[in-house]
Amino acid sequence: MTMTHSETKSARISGTRLGYRFNIVGMVGLSIILFWALVAIFAPLIIPYPVGEIVDLDYFGPMSRDFWLGSDYLGRDMLSRILMGARYTVGISLAAVTIACFSGVVLGMIAAVAGGWLDTILSRLLDALNSIPSKLFGLVVVAAVGSSIPVLILTLSVVYIPGAYRFARALAVNINAMDFITVARIRGESTLYLIRSEILPNIIGPVLADLGIRFVFIVLLLSGLSFLGLGVQPPYADWGALVRENIGALPFGAPAVIFPSFAIASLTISVNLLIDNLPQKIRDRSE
Amino acid sequence: MNNRVLSLVLSRLLIAVITLVIVSFAVFFATTLLPGDTASILLGQAATPEAVEGLRKAMHLDEPAIFRFLRWIVGLLQGDLGISYANEMPVADLIGGRFVNTLQLAGVTALFSVPIALTLGITSAMLRGSPYDRIVTVLTIGVISVPEFMIATSAVLIFAVYLKWLPALSFANEVTSLTDLLRIYAMPVITLSFVISAQMIRMTRAAVIETLNTPYVEMALLKGASRPRMVFRHALPNALGPIVNAVALSLSYLLGGVIIVETIFNYPGIAKLMVDAVSTRDLPLIQSCAMVFCLGYLLLITTADIIAILSNPRLR
Amino acid sequence: MVNLVEIRDLKVEATTDSGRKVEIIKGVSLDVAEGEIVALIGESGSGKTTIALTLMGYARPGCRISGGSVSVAGNDLVTLTEKQRAKVRGTEVTYVPQSAAAAFNPAATIMDQVIEITRIHGLMPVVEARARAVELFRALSLPEPETIGSRYPHQVSGGQLQRLSAAMALIGDPKLVIFDEPTTALDVTTQIEVLRAFKSVMKKGGIAGVYVSHDLAVVAQIADHIVVLKAGEVQEAGTTEEILSNAKHPYTRELLSAFEPKPREAADAAESAPAPLLKIENLVAGYGASKSDGLPLVRAVEDVSLKVEKGRNLGIIGESGCGKSTLARAIAGILPAAVGKIVFDGKELGRSARERTRDQLREMQIVFQYADTALNPAKSVEDILDRPLVFYHGMNARARSLRIDELLDMVRLPRNLRHRRPGELSGGQKQRVNFARALAADPKLILCDEITSALDTVVAAAVIELLKELQRELGLSYIFISHDLSVVEAICDEIVVMYGGRKVEDITPARINAPHHPYSQLLFSSVPKLDPAWLDGLEQDPELVRAYCRR
Repeated sequence: MTMTHSETKSARISGTRLGYRFNIVGMVGLSIILFWALVAIFAPLIIPYPVGEIVDLDYFGPMSRDFWLGSDYLGRDMLSRILMGARYTVGISLAAVTIACFSGVVLGMIAAVAGGWLDTILSRLLDALNSIPSKLFGLVVVAAVGSSIPVLILTLSVVYIPGAYRFARALAVNINAMDFITVARIRGESTLYLIRSEILPNIIGPVLADLGIRFVFIVLLLSGLSFLGLGVQPPYADWGALVRENIGALPFGAPAVIFPSFAIASLTISVNLLIDNLPQKIRDRSE
Repeated sequence: MNNRVLSLVLSRLLIAVITLVIVSFAVFFATTLLPGDTASILLGQAATPEAVEGLRKAMHLDEPAIFRFLRWIVGLLQGDLGISYANEMPVADLIGGRFVNTLQLAGVTALFSVPIALTLGITSAMLRGSPYDRIVTVLTIGVISVPEFMIATSAVLIFAVYLKWLPALSFANEVTSLTDLLRIYAMPVITLSFVISAQMIRMTRAAVIETLNTPYVEMALLKGASRPRMVFRHALPNALGPIVNAVALSLSYLLGGVIIVETIFNYPGIAKLMVDAVSTRDLPLIQSCAMVFCLGYLLLITTADIIAILSNPRLR
Repeated sequence: MVNLVEIRDLKVEATTDSGRKVEIIKGVSLDVAEGEIVALIGESGSGKTTIALTLMGYARPGCRISGGSVSVAGNDLVTLTEKQRAKVRGTEVTYVPQSAAAAFNPAATIMDQVIEITRIHGLMPVVEARARAVELFRALSLPEPETIGSRYPHQVSGGQLQRLSAAMALIGDPKLVIFDEPTTALDVTTQIEVLRAFKSVMKKGGIAGVYVSHDLAVVAQIADHIVVLKAGEVQEAGTTEEILSNAKHPYTRELLSAFEPKPREAADAAESAPAPLLKIENLVAGYGASKSDGLPLVRAVEDVSLKVEKGRNLGIIGESGCGKSTLARAIAGILPAAVGKIVFDGKELGRSARERTRDQLREMQIVFQYADTALNPAKSVEDILDRPLVFYHGMNARARSLRIDELLDMVRLPRNLRHRRPGELSGGQKQRVNFARALAADPKLILCDEITSALDTVVAAAVIELLKELQRELGLSYIFISHDLSVVEAICDEIVVMYGGRKVEDITPARINAPHHPYSQLLFSSVPKLDPAWLDGLEQDPELVRAYCRR
């Protein structure tokens, strides 16, 4: 189906595909997400101080003209560290969510279309994997093989594959029961065609929304692991690790422990707001 | 009809057992991936190769993994959780007291949060679209979107740092009076309640709204039923399965939340024990703790499924 | 106060997904006198149910009564408060839903739900209410009236639930009962019993009714007045007699003409058929695990044999659960038959579609009932029609584009529709696209599974006409599966009647009015006629009814 005429393509884009209107809350969410994405990309260019350098004489310094968000337990600039932290939090989570959703969705669609024993075995196995609490799984694996960024990405994605699988499978099973799939089947179409051309276009909207929600979960789990000291290792630090480093500031309520948390919350709440305010059309195209 | 219910319940139990076997397999082999030779770690750098070899034999580390797995499983079934590598105490003794502590924490949290969450979930579904509903929805999204440690740190900042009502840390072994108890449990319980209530409210609200949209609830309206009657007589009995499921899932979330909360508040529970075991690479202890968590999770999910089966009127 | 119900200039507004407000009822006025039954007739989207629900002061979520008045027994329901409306609902006006199966709460017993109105409004003590309910069960000729109330809704049949929902409506001695397509979901043989029960209870109690339906023949049996609706406006109103015999409005005439039998000019084709196009021998098909003898656990089709000659049409008729759709699926290879031979165009076919060659698959196409689910909502009409052309014929882009235009012409759709998605088409248009996709394969035989059942009468008639024309042009054969005798009669040369998975009779056009098998006789005589006296005059052998109806 690659032979679509150019005229129909343009008609589609202007007509339905991008004709969705977001409401204001959704727009706010979207802009905050874009803001953090840009920060993650350009962080080295915009940080006021080198991340590793001790620049403040005081530790846990307050917010000031020189150090907008105060300084950390060694006297490093918090603003720079948070901006750089965005790279790790956003980057690792994005990579993990992509892997998790891609594998989960592909497996889910295959299970739904193939049915039978393949479906049963896949579902049982992934259900079992799902019944290990995610933090526990992360804890065990990261402790077992040590914490490096590739290990983190893989662990996080493995934790969230069962969820993505379940979600995609449920949607695909509904679509698979439709008569147009039966029609395609008795036309003699292959499983690959069924998945790619008949099922995927009908579940892509909800799947993308689900990807957003899963991204939030991954950000939270990554932050949690880093907070426990099992995530990103020093000298690098993501937002969760920044909270851990500066937890000593908690009794004084210094900005060093508060702002990394705010950064996480601003990102995750924005994603949730965006998804909750997506036009109904995208969220449940399949229903 | 009752035969059908029985066979459904039995098959659910069977699935739980199979899952448990797969999980124990996974837990065992994940932990054997821990780097480094346990025997040489235990004996330290000065140990002779012979001593290391002897210890390896004594700990059966020289056997193939599958035998060690079987040995471990049989031990588990007999209540023998093995000996801790780190301090050579039986794992069962180490876990016992800690487990009770965690159960207490979870129990108090559940007692506190389930009624509140259900009330909020059901009422916001009844008043869908009202300002009340919107506030509840925004708050739950907010709580769901932030990491547990942020809720914990916020609680410390508010209650311990600014208001100075409560201590920042918990020590369950110093309880002498009711006020002590309150002060110790308050912070972890508040944190955990926030975390699991948000999930529960969202899921309960969704379940109730779904049944409120059914034709039989519309029919009740057309019979002249009042709004409470529609909700309590017609919607809730049919939403019971999904609601129980929501409660069970949220409670299972306690298991994850408890790891962070016990660490932050230094609460001597099983999760803290496990985090410590990971840092000392105490294999038998990690395995047993992981199994306790998985067992708890499976227990919750299976109970929820069985209640859903039993509450389904079509199977009566 | 002459009339029980007076609706004046009623307007209802709906809010669409995009937030736009649309008027769906555009100033409707109508009256219902005491003890009189008025039918609201119209197609889907005509607003008939919306109007009926305003009689209870209710508009479905997303809708709002935006103007006019609805007075029932002197109360204007539009101006009452929600609390006052709740007092009217169940006592003065009650409702019999389209799908009783969905309208009964699965978690409560039938009795609790039937007498719930008396509880809500405190009408009578529980014991009295129960006794009254049993009386109503008896009046509605329900089986085991004493004990049926203690069952749960899923434990009784659809026809029984429909009558139980009438008992639920009548328990509070209402002045007006609203029937919302109460027999649409039922089989014809069941429909008769339910209609009779409704009619006798209503007449005996002198209760006024509003009967919402799309089926003129059903309405003719029960209504005193008929109001014809289209797109939220009254087209014509009058007594049943007037509307049936002397309709003035063109739309009403169109509705009526869809009922007139258009017998098929006996397609002689006469080529004395050398070999039949399709021959089925002793087919057995079903669901569930196969038993030791290789037969499925639940057998839906039992030992069926039939033949389709080239250029001729076979109708398969029967009620829900008779196995007709399973038979179609077995022939198409969707559900492989367990036993039996399928010979198509001289060659024996594999039982499963997977064992058939691409050409064999191409020559036999199937068209499903619901175009909504048979067309991929994410694809444009063009993409949908394009695929069989690539897959079967390997045409290049230019040839395909030309062929798509041709196909759209064939099914009488404008060519510029090709860029739309199924969601942007009407029901009839969707069914035409659905059919065009089958034509794209250049088939010899098309299996049509209830393809007109989901369509409105007028639209369905047009689709049938189209099928006939295409047959003349292309020399196709159809197997036409339906529960609707009139549809099958209109297009088929030969009719197979199925009951309980078996073929009970083979009817040739010559004998169409005189079926032999008792079940065929029962089935044929149960199809409502436009004549208002039909139901009262109908006599069916009670033995037969008992033997063949699962009421």
